[in-house]
Amino acid sequence: MEKLTAVARKIRKDILKIAYYGGGAHIASSYSIVEILTVLYFEVLNIDPCCSDHPDRDRFILSKGHASAAIYAILAERGFFEKAQLKTFCQPGSMLGGHPEMHLVPGIEASTGSLGHGLSFGAGIAYASKVQRRKYRTFVLLGDGECQEGSVWEAALFASHHKLNNLTAIVDFNKLQALDRIEKILGLDPLADKWQSFGWHVEELDGHDIHALSAVLNKPVLAAERPTAIIAHTIKGKGISFMENTPIWHFRFPNEAELEIAFKDLGVYDKKEFLS
Amino acid sequence: MRNSFISAIHALSEQSEKIMMLVADNGAIVFDEYRKDFPERFVNCGIAEANMIGFAAGLAACGMRPFVYTISNFMTMRALEQIRNDICLQQMNVKIVSIGGGFAYGALGPTHHATEDLAIMRVLPGMTVICPASPLEVKAATRAVFELEGPAFLRLGTNGEPEIYSAESDFKIGRGTVLTEGDDVSIIVAGPLAYDVLQAQPLIKKAGISPRIINLSSLKPIDKQMIQKAAAETKAIITIENHSIIGGLGSSVAEVLAEECSDYFRFKRLGIGDAFCMEYGSHEDLKKYWRLDAASIAREVISFMDVSLRSASDAERKTRN
Repeated sequence: MEKLTAVARKIRKDILKIAYYGGGAHIASSYSIVEILTVLYFEVLNIDPCCSDHPDRDRFILSKGHASAAIYAILAERGFFEKAQLKTFCQPGSMLGGHPEMHLVPGIEASTGSLGHGLSFGAGIAYASKVQRRKYRTFVLLGDGECQEGSVWEAALFASHHKLNNLTAIVDFNKLQALDRIEKILGLDPLADKWQSFGWHVEELDGHDIHALSAVLNKPVLAAERPTAIIAHTIKGKGISFMENTPIWHFRFPNEAELEIAFKDLGVYDKKEFLS
Repeated sequence: MRNSFISAIHALSEQSEKIMMLVADNGAIVFDEYRKDFPERFVNCGIAEANMIGFAAGLAACGMRPFVYTISNFMTMRALEQIRNDICLQQMNVKIVSIGGGFAYGALGPTHHATEDLAIMRVLPGMTVICPASPLEVKAATRAVFELEGPAFLRLGTNGEPEIYSAESDFKIGRGTVLTEGDDVSIIVAGPLAYDVLQAQPLIKKAGISPRIINLSSLKPIDKQMIQKAAAETKAIITIENHSIIGGLGSSVAEVLAEECSDYFRFKRLGIGDAFCMEYGSHEDLKKYWRLDAASIAREVISFMDVSLRSASDAERKTRN
């Protein structure tokens, strides 16, 4: 657990670094899913960076593709590509764009960026595993704002109807979307009830609690004949004090003064070392 | 055309266990045999086309070869972003088979008329667009798209379309077929209107015009050479499609003519105008309404040629003086 906590701290630093070099990123949206990605990539997923297209690998799809800084940081840390690449984010010639592309970046399973696509794609992958009699698991991470897209619910109907018990959706329930709190724009509550009523097995947990995440995600099968939705209660911008729960930080890069505070929050004491 | 496709896909499914057939709660009865023989590979995804396309892309990501089959507009428009991002952008091996091209569902009204689908599919990077003319061509085209690695759009009518080939079609992606040789005017057609053009042929010939009839069933990639040859050798080109004249066959041919043909030629697109069709009726009725039946086609060609010949001689006189 300590190891995972240390990894999560490192990932937060890398996300800020990615944003720095790219001239901006969806930092807050990336920060709310750091612990989720850490537990998945360092404990749960059956994956091998040296064999990123093995047919029996577990699949993870970042349906909320704008949190690309997070997935790039975790993939680099896990060894899917050189960490030096992170500094090329969003620049000409880079493979790391604002939203991830499956054929460009090792370890990226889907080209996301437009919300509402990942769960259907994941359902196809999960269904294929049953047709092909393979045992891999498929995880799809969605944003809560993303659950306002109708296509998410088409996929939810489909997955439960077809008993895709090898499919797990994780909702990053940070309660914020781009312009304001979800409840003020298009309320989702009661979110867990909605997934349940669509025929999913539901688990709710603190999305920053590594123990809780580990306990749930490590279970090989969570429900006999139903897909699972994990409602992860998170904080958008978790880790940088002035970003937490503040809508304006959806897509914004800190100024010099804010950066100083951010460094303190993340435990960065040597800016030069941080940027190298 | 529909039965030809189903029979072709059935035969292919016997050869390849990777094929999957996906529908959106359509195709009652016609898939009964397929479902009986390949129960695990047929999925009725329900009235949820966006999910169906994303689901198909996910299957393809794991090496399956899904064919998605439903009424044209419901896939090409409702699920366009999924086709664009999940299939084309990700280069997924998914074949989209649409039924009801043009006015095949004439009596059901404009929500079911597929009159913009070719334009929409054509503009997607990486999408192969095929518009077969007859049941035999559907059979050949189905095999051709199955063998193709990558996204493809196969536009069918419904059933009962007359056959224009006497033997098997030798359809190839990227290649047109000359149905009739001629020197005066090239009539380029895509889709089942090829039959109507052939029916119009005797009337056109009777007016002293020698038509070259070209079936350009592969819209993308398109047979540029055949178009260039038509421009160089016949100097008058008419396109005919059961689709809007904006963005479909006519526009595809015009693009080639404008950029790659330096000969003098005259050009006209026949098809569906820039309007929804509020008339109800059978496919035959609506063809007449839009002047796409054989008699109307003949009239249009003859009138065009009369103008065309006059323009050609005007141009010739100007050059001489």
